[in-house]
Parts: sequence; structure tokens; C-alpha cells
Amino acid sequence: MTATVQAEELESVESFRERAREWIQANLAEGSHGFGYRLNLTDEEELADVARQRDLQRKIYDGGFAGICFPKEYGGLGLTPAHQRAFNVETVGHEYPWLLQVPTFVPCAAVLLEFGTEEQKQRHIPAILRGDEIWMQFLSEPSGGSDVAGALTTAVRDGDEWIINGSKIWTTGAYFSDYGLCLLRTNWDVPKHRGLSVFIIKIHQPGIELHRIEMTNGAREFCQEFMTDLRVSDDCRVGDVDDGWTIGRRWMFHERNSMGGGSPYVSGPPLREGPPEGAKDQLVKLAEANGTIGDPRVRDLIGESMTLTRATTELSRRVVEGMSAGTMSDNIAAVTRLMGGMTGVRRNTIAYEITGPSVAASVEGDPGHGTGVNWLVRQSACIGGGTTEMARNNISERVLGMPRERTHDKDLAYRDVPKGPPAKS
Amino acid sequence: MEVTLTEDQEFFRETTQRFLDQKSSVSVVRSFRGHDDGFERDYWRQGAELGWVSLLVPEELGGGSISGRGVVDLTLVADAFGSHTAPGPLLPSNMVAAALARSGSEAQRADTLPAVIAGEIVPAWVVGPPSGGTVTSGVTASRDGDGFVLDGVQGPVEAAAQAELLLVTAQLDDGLAQFLVTPDAPGVTITRLDSIDLTRRYGRVQLEGVRVGADDAVGTPGEAAADVDRLLQLALVVQTAEMVGAAQVVFDMTLEWMFDRYSFGRPLASYQNLKHRFADMKMWLEASHAMAAAAARAVQEETREAADVASMAKAYNGQYLPELAQDCVQMHGGIGVTYEHDIHLYLRRITVDTVMHGSPADHRQRVVSLREVA
Repeated sequence: MTATVQAEELESVESFRERAREWIQANLAEGSHGFGYRLNLTDEEELADVARQRDLQRKIYDGGFAGICFPKEYGGLGLTPAHQRAFNVETVGHEYPWLLQVPTFVPCAAVLLEFGTEEQKQRHIPAILRGDEIWMQFLSEPSGGSDVAGALTTAVRDGDEWIINGSKIWTTGAYFSDYGLCLLRTNWDVPKHRGLSVFIIKIHQPGIELHRIEMTNGAREFCQEFMTDLRVSDDCRVGDVDDGWTIGRRWMFHERNSMGGGSPYVSGPPLREGPPEGAKDQLVKLAEANGTIGDPRVRDLIGESMTLTRATTELSRRVVEGMSAGTMSDNIAAVTRLMGGMTGVRRNTIAYEITGPSVAASVEGDPGHGTGVNWLVRQSACIGGGTTEMARNNISERVLGMPRERTHDKDLAYRDVPKGPPAKS
Repeated sequence: MEVTLTEDQEFFRETTQRFLDQKSSVSVVRSFRGHDDGFERDYWRQGAELGWVSLLVPEELGGGSISGRGVVDLTLVADAFGSHTAPGPLLPSNMVAAALARSGSEAQRADTLPAVIAGEIVPAWVVGPPSGGTVTSGVTASRDGDGFVLDGVQGPVEAAAQAELLLVTAQLDDGLAQFLVTPDAPGVTITRLDSIDLTRRYGRVQLEGVRVGADDAVGTPGEAAADVDRLLQLALVVQTAEMVGAAQVVFDMTLEWMFDRYSFGRPLASYQNLKHRFADMKMWLEASHAMAAAAARAVQEETREAADVASMAKAYNGQYLPELAQDCVQMHGGIGVTYEHDIHLYLRRITVDTVMHGSPADHRQRVVSLREVA
């Protein structure tokens, strides 16, 4: 473990935890962490909330607790995942700028840290840690989500600049964000993985048109961007031309890792941790309100939900430990991603079963109000951030070493790869 | 098992592994089919010499751990028991040793405890499954002068017919009590049961007007609930570690099979349907490792949530590991349901662990009860 070598000089986890607890209690208000869809906010309220979360991040930065596992030279603390976990536990029950954690810190800042030029890192990482920059992933395209390397959006070189045309989709909250990390096709004459490059793109500028997508639960946070003759300077390119997939693979890793709760770059209250000790579980409260808490079937379901919550947390802990000890490869993050998705949908179903007919219709203040709408988007836990099907491919192929699926596009120039059914004659 | 072990723990683990490789090979385990006791006394004493029964007992009482964290150390033995489907009364011996160390009288600690630690005495732990937030018992105790009278039936009880000593959990009118009872005491009847495990034996313990003295009580009669609950937590730590040790072998042997077995001109490992099922099994397996380790840590440190986490570990591992084992049988096809193949040895062990000391459903409901009390 590389961290052990320096461990002597680092502040002990316990002392860090003490300081963090004191600071959090004095500076972060009690309340929910504010994660999840924010359905009932008007755009004005939402933008105000974003501004508040930026301020919160700034407060954490000024307090000396931002970027716990980021290197010191870029404004971080240079500490270990154990310090971060200690901090995370202490934030439970306090407000927290969740909005800025994913995808800004992970995967975007994590990718910059690994592949950015010194100048790019100096320009962006301290700004990210201060809450000045919110980042989005410009990754999926309307033509396909799982086949990320099949990007069609193209950058063509023009002197010191690149001209970009195409469309990206599923960016959460791009309308209130500042930068996008963007995977683009720079070469159509080689197989798909060898013709990609990564760029940093400022979101609000001429040449990018934003469109908001409404989800089945009414949320309008996902966006689609249309880029038309957008010009980007070459110093915004991350990594070598046409070598974008080297970055892309690590990018996917960081994303999977964040979905499973195992990333050292995300701070804040663990999302899937149960309530603080002694506090009542939400489902217990719901069943009490419905008068069903004495029903053994209901108790069984609640116990299952609590168990899955805990198992997800413990699995993340184990995987982070295994990766930092070097006994598990980074690909193991696909296991936590799968777990997050599968336990997420099961817990959603349990909440829906316990809520009962109020799933169909209820008013604000009724027990379980909102469960029905959550149920409608249940599968997003298994889709967003890479589908669970892709996670299963990654586990079987990269962790267990099973043969890869046969692909038809591996050795073909990407322009010759079929992208739809053959035209009818 | 924890991801990283101390050097001493690693040495201890290897010693136990090597011992079991030799003394509990698959052919040895198979040879115990139909054997009355399921293990040899010499083997058990040798295992005890390696420290198998000392880990939950403080040094001043003749015990001792490897790392200063005896509960965690015990999971190393339990894991190896799972991966070898090893014979021997590991769980009852450790539970009774822990009970005596925690609440035993001077005399019990001086006379009985050392013999249990040394593997000279095989004890059985007579206790019912948990129900809600409490541990149940099929045995009732009533006060009779200075002593007590025990009545009731409990079973299956591990190693009941092999035991020289029973630690009986009994319901007094004002709470739980624990008593040491010898199997040859008047009124004790032990019926041997047919076990689905090749080496682990169970009996049904029937007590009819069995008289015990006040000095046979372990702890204060009527006030044993906390002690019994602690033993349940320890038992769950042993079970969940043993189950995941067995499941790991099942997973590994089936993964190998996926590469070696060809059908339609290609290895089974190349079929996406099977690959995806393996991905799910890998998730269940890793999460089970994580839950077993989390339970061991929490019970070791006696945190406020120790009971919660131990029950959640049983609820999780007990739900997913039997499924994992059965799905691995399925992946083997016909050979998987033959006696000749080894996979059933592990399925048997995972199954007995799953159903003893509370089913996954019992523990899911217990988790809610514990949270309500909190």
C-alpha cells in the first residue's frame, strides 16, 4: 500500500475525525444532505439552491476540509480514504453540497487529476474544490449510452483550434453547470476505440444549445446539448489526439466507483447508510403511520431493506480497502456499481409495497407521498452511470477473466461500422 | 474475512488451513458419512491445541487471542471450517467457553472452562432461535428450593449426543437463565437426528423434571438475557464466516468448470447469460465477505449496533449464499446433483448454518425489533 509509507507524517484518522466533528457541528446546519431529484422546485428556487450549494462547498474549502484525498498542490488535503470515511460519517445529519460531488469531483476532477496537463490541473482543480466550477460529463449520445466508445460527435482540427459538431445527452443540470468533460471522435478512419479524444468544454458559449429533458417523475434536470461549429482551443484537449479511450476507460472506472459509493474523491454523508444510531428508519415510520408495523410481512420487508442498505455500504468499504491494499484490481468497482443498482431497485420496490394504495394517489403530508413517483423512475438506479448490464460484462470479463463478447466493430474503420439496420432496397 | 490480516493472523490462518488440508480433506469428510459422532476426539484436541477454542476467553482464564481481537481471529477458523467443511464442534465449544468466561462462577471457570478450551470436554449449546429482539428457548425453569427444575424440548442442538456437558438456556418466569447440565442427569433424553451435513451432528434434547442446583447456573438466573444475546451475536459471526468460506470454494470450483466445460464448441464461460449470473454471484459473495467481516468487527468491539449488524449479516448471507450454491449446482448440470461431485459438501454446510440460530427471515424481523427498541 503506497499510503502506508507516508502514514507516519499524516494526521491520525482519529484526530482528523475529532477536528472534523467539531468543525461540522459548528459550521454545517443540521438537515438532510439534499441528494436526489428535486421535483418541487421552480427554476428560480433550483438556481438559488445551486448557489447555496456552491457557497457550502466554499465554506468547507475555507474550513480546510475540501478535497480530502486530492493532492495538496491542487488545493486538496492529501489524506487517505480512511480520513475521508471518518469525515463522511461525521457529516451524517448535516446539510452537504451533494450536487457538487458527482460528476464534478468524480469522475471529472478525478480524470483531470490523472490525465490533465499541469496547467489544466492548476486552472481547474482548486476552482472545483472551492465550489467555483460545476462539471458535467459529455459522454452519452442519442445514438447509444452503453457503447460509449461509439461516439459520433466529431472534432475536426483547424490550426490551434478544433471545430465540434454533434450532440451529447443525459448531462444532469448542464444548465447550471460550468464545464463539460467531453469524449469526441477525432478520427473516422481507424477502429472506434482508436479515434477518440477528450476535451474540456465551457458549457455556456455560442455554438452550444441546451435542451432540457423531462423524466417520467417530472424531473427536468437531464439535458441534451447540440454543438454546432463550436470552436475549442487545443489547450483544452486532455491527453493525446486519438488516445481518448485510454482516458475513457479510467473515466468509466471512476464513474462506476462513484455509483457504488467507493470513490475516494466523493465526500459527504454516505447515501446508503442507514439512519444515525437510535434514529428510526424511514420505512418504520411509514409502516407506523400506515398502522402496518405489526404485520410480520411488513417487518420482513423493512428488515430486508435495512440489510441491503448495510450490505451496500459494507461492500463499498471492502472494495475500497481491497483496492488501496492492492489485493483487488480497480475493475472490482463494477461490483459495487452492480450492488448499488440491484439493492436500489429492491429497496424502491419495498418502499412501494409498504406504502400500499397511496402509491397510486396521495397528497403532500400523506405517509409515503412521493413513493409512487419514485417507483416510476426505479430503473434509473440500474441505468444512470453505466447500466448494470455493462457492470455485469465488466465483472465477468475483467474481474473473472471470462471471454469477451464477440463484437463486429473491432477491426473496422469506424466509418464502415453499421450504425443501424441496412437500408431497405 | 478482513481484506488485510496482521502477520500473526496470517500465520494462524495458514496453520489452521494446513492442519485442515490434511485432517479434513474431502476424502476424510466423505469417510464420516454415517459415522455416529462425525469427528474424532484426537482431531478435536489437536485443533484445540492450535487455539480453536481459546480465542473468546481472556488470557487470565486460560484463553488467548492471536491479535487481541479474538472474535475476529475466530472468523479465520470459521472461514477455514467452511472451506474444508471441517468436522468438530467449533460453534458450541466457543459459545460455551465464552459463556463461562463471561459469567461463569469461580468453580465453573476453574474446573470446566480449561477442559472445554483444551478440547477435552465437548459441550452443546441448548438454545432456541431468536424471535423479535429476544432469544427464545423451548426449555422452562422453575424455582425449587435453592435449585431449579428444567422441562422442555429443544432441537436440533449441535453435538448434543456427543456432548459431555449441556449449556441449557431456559425461560424462568422472570427472565432467561443458563444452566450447566450433564447429559446423564436423570430426566435428560437425547435423540440423535439425521443430519444433512456429513460431519456435523445434531440431537434433540428433552428435559423432564431435571433438577439443577443454584451452583449450576451460569450468571444470575432470570438475568441472562444480555449474556444469551451476546452468545447469539458470537454464533452469528461464526456462522456467517463459515458460510462465506464454503461459498468461496463453491464459487471458485464452478468458475473453473466454466472454463473447462465446452458445449457447442465453446467454453461455458463465453455465454453472456452465464457470465451475467456469475457477475451477480460475485456481488453476493463479496457482499457476504463484507457483511461477515462487519459483523465480526462490530461484535468484537461490542458497538451499540453489534446485534443489528450480526443479524443483518445472517439475513444477507443466509439469503444469498444458499442461492449462490444452488445456482452453482445448476451450472454444473447433472453432475452437480450427484454424490460423487464435491459441491454438495459445501451446500450441506451452508444450509445447516443458514437454518440454525435463526433463519434469514427471523433475522430480518429481528433487525426491525432491535431498531424499535433503540
